[in-house]
Amino acid sequence: MLGTTRIIQSSDKPDLFSFKNIRLDFPILEEKVHGKQLVYLDSAATTQKPRVVIDTLRDYYEKCNSNVHRAVHYLGEKATRGYESSRKSIAQFINAEDVREIVFTRGTTESVNLVASSYGRTFLKPGDEVLISYLEHHSNIVPWQIVCNQTGAQLKVAPINDQGEIILEEFKKLLSPKTKIVSIAQVSNALGTINPLEKMIPMAHDVGAVVLVDGAQAASHMSVDVQKLGCDFYAFSGHKIYGPTGIGVLYGKAHLLEKMPPYHGGGEMILSVTFEKTTYNEIPYKFEAGTPNIAGAFGMQAALKYVSGIGLDNIAAYESGLLQYATLKLSRIPGLKLIGTAKNKACVLSFTLEGIHPHDIGTILDREGVAIRTGHHCAMPVMQRFGVPATARVSLGIYNNREDIDIFVEALLKVGEIFR
Amino acid sequence: MSLQELYQEVIVDHSKSPRNFGKIDRASHAEGYNPLCGDKVDVYVKLDGNRVKEISFKGNGCAISTASASLMTEFAKLKTIEEVRKVSDEFQSMITHEDYEPHMDIGKLAVFQGVREFPTRVKCATLAWHTLKSALKGREEIVSTE
Repeated sequence: MLGTTRIIQSSDKPDLFSFKNIRLDFPILEEKVHGKQLVYLDSAATTQKPRVVIDTLRDYYEKCNSNVHRAVHYLGEKATRGYESSRKSIAQFINAEDVREIVFTRGTTESVNLVASSYGRTFLKPGDEVLISYLEHHSNIVPWQIVCNQTGAQLKVAPINDQGEIILEEFKKLLSPKTKIVSIAQVSNALGTINPLEKMIPMAHDVGAVVLVDGAQAASHMSVDVQKLGCDFYAFSGHKIYGPTGIGVLYGKAHLLEKMPPYHGGGEMILSVTFEKTTYNEIPYKFEAGTPNIAGAFGMQAALKYVSGIGLDNIAAYESGLLQYATLKLSRIPGLKLIGTAKNKACVLSFTLEGIHPHDIGTILDREGVAIRTGHHCAMPVMQRFGVPATARVSLGIYNNREDIDIFVEALLKVGEIFR
Repeated sequence: MSLQELYQEVIVDHSKSPRNFGKIDRASHAEGYNPLCGDKVDVYVKLDGNRVKEISFKGNGCAISTASASLMTEFAKLKTIEEVRKVSDEFQSMITHEDYEPHMDIGKLAVFQGVREFPTRVKCATLAWHTLKSALKGREEIVSTE
């Protein structure tokens, strides 16, 4: 039956959260686009924000705004408390052992750059290797290219198969005692592939490499436990998990963060400064120079609380049902080819339509109120691997339902009409 | 602005069966690339004096960019470099200026007028023209150094 999903179709979890009314939490979903009801299918680019996050941002500026870790006045203390409380929530959310292991950044990109610059530039030597995969977003490629150029280390790339899965045997072959850093996405932004980190991380550790996990596309779709994963670093963004833009996280094991030099210099990251010598602050403050995105930290905490209230396992089960439904519907469209058909996938459907460029699909769908992403998704090597310049990409979030998929599929048929 | 006004029959036709498609050997050549969407176009020009004797393009792009390149090659053939420049400027102005008023007749190229209403697609329509300009410049530079 088509229409709004009422109960999640997962037999082993009968008491799941009902997602039916979740859309009411997202004011933007009331918007009309070109006179049509907005159908937002671009959550991998950024998720929409629930009212509680928007309210938190407004409340912060109306009732709390002040700089952190500086002033002795009431607002300063309140802002600092909230900011540090957000850090605690984040530590709990990814099950970090120690709250000092949570560094606030602007987002995943800055988190990766922080590790590449600070850890990479300090510890990489000529002849060392950094291993990434074909699935990576440009933000998990370019920082490593830069640091490899600076240090004389070499960048190695693990290949993927025709389904868009990392070939584990090849990954293993590329690992050697020369491998010092392995940096891998947990979920591919372009294809949705969920990588088998539970196998890959121990393999990397066996050769003595440290592992950074790019969790930008994962954190909103599945529960993340950095201790269970065993990764050394984990990066993710607020805005892809229903929080604000401009705030993100770098988790790093304390003993690694401690031996890394600062990334930026400035206020907050110091204990004392003279012109002769500066003593750096302790972790995580050593990495947080300058006034941070305080409102963003508040907003991120609200988002994590909201998502945790629903339950990541519930979200994973619900989205898996949606993905199955969308995959089935798309597979019936003549000329449509799914790019990325991994067995283990998050809510992303990348596709091409025979004879029609993704860009045209995007424009036509937009006129129907349907927002999708088209292009190379900042993952040009993935596009090259599949021999396409671009794809159209649908990515789903907790507020999407089967009706959205139905409207999208109907709009897709209009594309065919225009190019008849 | 409706989709039909953007994707006019002429545009759909040229995108499906582009004219002057392919490489010309020993021609002046420039490559255009739009990193935002991955559209790529190669323009080949052979001049006879200051007149375009042969022109073709190759590339991979959306309907707007392919049709624009195709119609451009049709238009530019046998025109002087000066005429091509003028029309190129007129075309650019037509699809970027809200208060555009025509200064000259650009024939079939006017079908791209609708692109103005789709700001994210303007670059698709202008890519081939920028590339042609650059190919023509290359030719002039070669001529001037010889």
